[in-house]
Amino acid sequence: MPFALLKYGLGSEYPFEKHADLPPPTALKKRYDVVIIGGGGHGVATAYYLAKYHGITNVAILEKGYLGGGNTARNTAVIRSNYLTSEGVRFYSESVKLFRDLSNEFDFNIMYSRRGQLTLAHTDSAIRAFRQRAEVNKHFGGKTELIDPQQIRELVPTLNMYPGQQPVLAGLWHMDGATARHDAVAWGYAKGATQRGVELHQLTEVTDVLVRDEKVWGVKVRQGSAEHVIECGIAVQAVAGHSSLLAAKAGFRLPIVTYPLQAMVTQPVKPFLDPLVSSPAFHCYVQQTGRGELVFGGGSDPYPLYNTRSTMELKEELLAHAVELFPFVANLKLMRQWAGLTDMTSDYSPIMGLSPVENYYLDAGWGTWGFKSTPICGKTMAELVATGKVPDLIKPFGVERFSEFRQVNEMGATAASH
Amino acid sequence: MKIMPCPLNGPRNINEFVYGGEVSELPDVATAPDSDWAEHTFYAYNGTGIAREWWYHVASGYWFVAERHRVTDEIIRTYDPAVLAEEKAQ
Ligand SMILES: Cc1cc2nc3c(=O)[nH]c(=O)nc-3n(C[C@H](O)[C@H](O)[C@H](O)COP(=O)(O)OP(=O)(O)OC[C@H]3O[C@@H](n4cnc5c(N)ncnc54)[C@H](O)[C@@H]3O)c2cc1C
Repeated sequence: MPFALLKYGLGSEYPFEKHADLPPPTALKKRYDVVIIGGGGHGVATAYYLAKYHGITNVAILEKGYLGGGNTARNTAVIRSNYLTSEGVRFYSESVKLFRDLSNEFDFNIMYSRRGQLTLAHTDSAIRAFRQRAEVNKHFGGKTELIDPQQIRELVPTLNMYPGQQPVLAGLWHMDGATARHDAVAWGYAKGATQRGVELHQLTEVTDVLVRDEKVWGVKVRQGSAEHVIECGIAVQAVAGHSSLLAAKAGFRLPIVTYPLQAMVTQPVKPFLDPLVSSPAFHCYVQQTGRGELVFGGGSDPYPLYNTRSTMELKEELLAHAVELFPFVANLKLMRQWAGLTDMTSDYSPIMGLSPVENYYLDAGWGTWGFKSTPICGKTMAELVATGKVPDLIKPFGVERFSEFRQVNEMGATAASH
Repeated sequence: MKIMPCPLNGPRNINEFVYGGEVSELPDVATAPDSDWAEHTFYAYNGTGIAREWWYHVASGYWFVAERHRVTDEIIRTYDPAVLAEEKAQ
């Protein structure tokens, strides 16, 4: 990459990228070894690693809308691994490691930028919880420390240390915290997968999952007004907010409830904020993008809904808090607002692995925390598909934990703490 | 601002209320197996139709039931929980 860049820099012709685009759509085949339902980051990453590491390329990704147009396009791109449970930290730190090399691996810039993430404590109990998170993190090789107000002032000089009635007492400083361009992650994986022979079918909705003797044998799809039946050996569902609806088609239920999650972005201003800053007590987090815009996010909506509308209520509450943390942002204008459908589990951990239907695998329950896990989800799901064995890293996340009362209580998740 | 028609207080702003989960039948405490409790605790309705839900008006400390569409967000009916008891008695 660097030499190619130098050559183009010195040349007079506009650089021509041979594989700049995805291959043009083809007709659906009658049968695939593997069908992946959902062309978000998780689906395309699974296909990529299947092709790359396991040589399985007779694969179709079926996406009802556009590549990465679901939550992959809607998230605020916080990448971190400073969770609370050992299972969670181990899993997410693998993902952070994979993220670091993705640009090189894809030969495509995902704009990975390690900025560090700072979470604020406004109470003694929050400090105690942060101590625990710092220790768990260090144990698994992460770089996380508890820092004092003076260190916070040095990291974020513009932060109001006395917001509302709740002074900032300490911070959890997660040096591995980062951000990346979410669309590029989806495109990078999709390009890598399609170059190796995987088919990506956009505007192709799965309308039914075909099961015989408790084993999946195909899916029914709709493309415009045309309906097709496609046979498959294995099917993977990675459809985020629509997880329960897909599972219902396959004939089982999931312990998931779908909630909207909203976010918003301001007009661009000069750079002033390097780390990603989050305050669980104030139900809000903020970061400044490379373009200078401020991205604000918080917890999920207060009640379940399958609708990506935005609300005035959430904006008022979230931004009132944001203005307390950074008073000078009060006069900024919002440029965009949006929502995605998040598949929430009651323990804030994902649901990955086997399902009640044979050869039908689950990548669900990603709620508000699944962008950061895109690479490791792809890698572990691909391993599961290729070997039929659940990789150790995702064993704790099986759906059976809900009938065995073995939850992985992830209170370090954004939605849990916000 | 979205409005919730409260059976006790009339139409009020929705952020005066807290969502309290789906209306569901408690398993028999004496006889239900673990699997029934798992079902009751973790497997809530998550379809695209009308759900029956508990809602709480914070200022007046009042619980009631709302029937709400999970896609359009339309609140179709709200009523006092006494209605549930009547239904059960029938
Ligand atoms: C506002 C917001 C902020 C967030 N912030 C963060 C963050 O900062 N950090 C973080 O780690 N995570 C964050 N998340 C969560 C993260 O975005 C998701 O967990 C992650 O993107 C899930 O990826 P996915 O590929 O599984 O889902 P998606 O990208 O949603 O892909 C699923 C795809 O399945 C398709 N689909 C659905 N039904 C069907 C069907 N029947 N047939 C065919 N295709 C179908 C959809 O069209 C969609 O494209 C946020 C989410 C939101 C909404």
